[in-house]
Amino acid sequence: MTTRIVELRRGILKKNDELAAGLRGRFVDAGVLVLNLVSSPGTGKTAFLEYTLRELRARGAKVAALVGDLETDNDARRLAASGAPVRQINTHGICHLDAEMINKHLEGWEGVELAGLDYLFIENVGNLVCPSSYDLGEKIRVALLSVTEGEDKPLKYPTLFNSADAAVITKMDIAEPCGFNRELALKNINEIRPGIRIFETSAKTGAGIDDWLAYLAQAHTARHGLQDPL
Amino acid sequence: MHELSVVASIVESVTELAAAYPGARVLEVRLRVGALASVIEDSLQFCWGITTEGTPLQGSKLTVQTLPVVMHCTACAQDVELQGVQSFRCPRCGEPCSDLRQGRELEIDSIEIDEVEEAI
Repeated sequence: MTTRIVELRRGILKKNDELAAGLRGRFVDAGVLVLNLVSSPGTGKTAFLEYTLRELRARGAKVAALVGDLETDNDARRLAASGAPVRQINTHGICHLDAEMINKHLEGWEGVELAGLDYLFIENVGNLVCPSSYDLGEKIRVALLSVTEGEDKPLKYPTLFNSADAAVITKMDIAEPCGFNRELALKNINEIRPGIRIFETSAKTGAGIDDWLAYLAQAHTARHGLQDPL
Repeated sequence: MHELSVVASIVESVTELAAAYPGARVLEVRLRVGALASVIEDSLQFCWGITTEGTPLQGSKLTVQTLPVVMHCTACAQDVELQGVQSFRCPRCGEPCSDLRQGRELEIDSIEIDEVEEAI
């Protein structure tokens, strides 16, 4: 017997990374801006996305959404009320979405052509740990945090917040009764991801949504050099 | 939390590679894991025994090298190592850093195998 050391230097999630790179290329070619929304369960991703889809559609943008949950198509039904095409991804126990699930659910999606879209939103499974490791080919990863969760969430889950391109604070309408310390939350987010764009929003009152929509429009234009869809 | 699927991917990759060395036994698998990789060594070790059972990796040892976060500090014009992941500021000058250079790695560095020598 002889012992031999074989060097590999191989990414463990290489398969996912390769698929995600392929998706990213397709999204760029199609001129669609793709966002991956990540938060804990109960932050209000779906309510925030419902509002966003409705407003974007009212402004004439072409939008669609993929929504991940372990079980049920409740969120897809809620989001579809906006009039946008929505497809549910049930992971059946898997705690995150991966590039293969996105690939699979883009196939045979009736009435949806990537090239016909301005924005595609991917609502990830509610989880602040695992989704950070799985690239879905998105351009913008959005980390959401609600005022009921505690201002130190970014410090507790630095991996996810550090990998985000934008942060959204939800449920600002109940910030006061929750004793939400806004300055501390902003400071903590900035400590983990210095300089990140932060939106303070409410899907009940519409607070902060205009800024968010302006950011989306700008990201879309900057990315594709296309005309502002809004 | 997804350590089991990570371990399953490692077993798949190493099994594929080990096929090139018929009869060889995998003794050790060495990983490089960044501090921001969201993967806990204890959980990997916990899944290792069960997942490798009945594969060419059965009985092998898993070694994890943890890599600290390295950021590029523009103010200092150099790469700096962070002591933890609670503050993304340069430990030298205190300026915030957003240019990550190391810390998200999740890779198989190398494997050690016991080869069967050809009978003479």
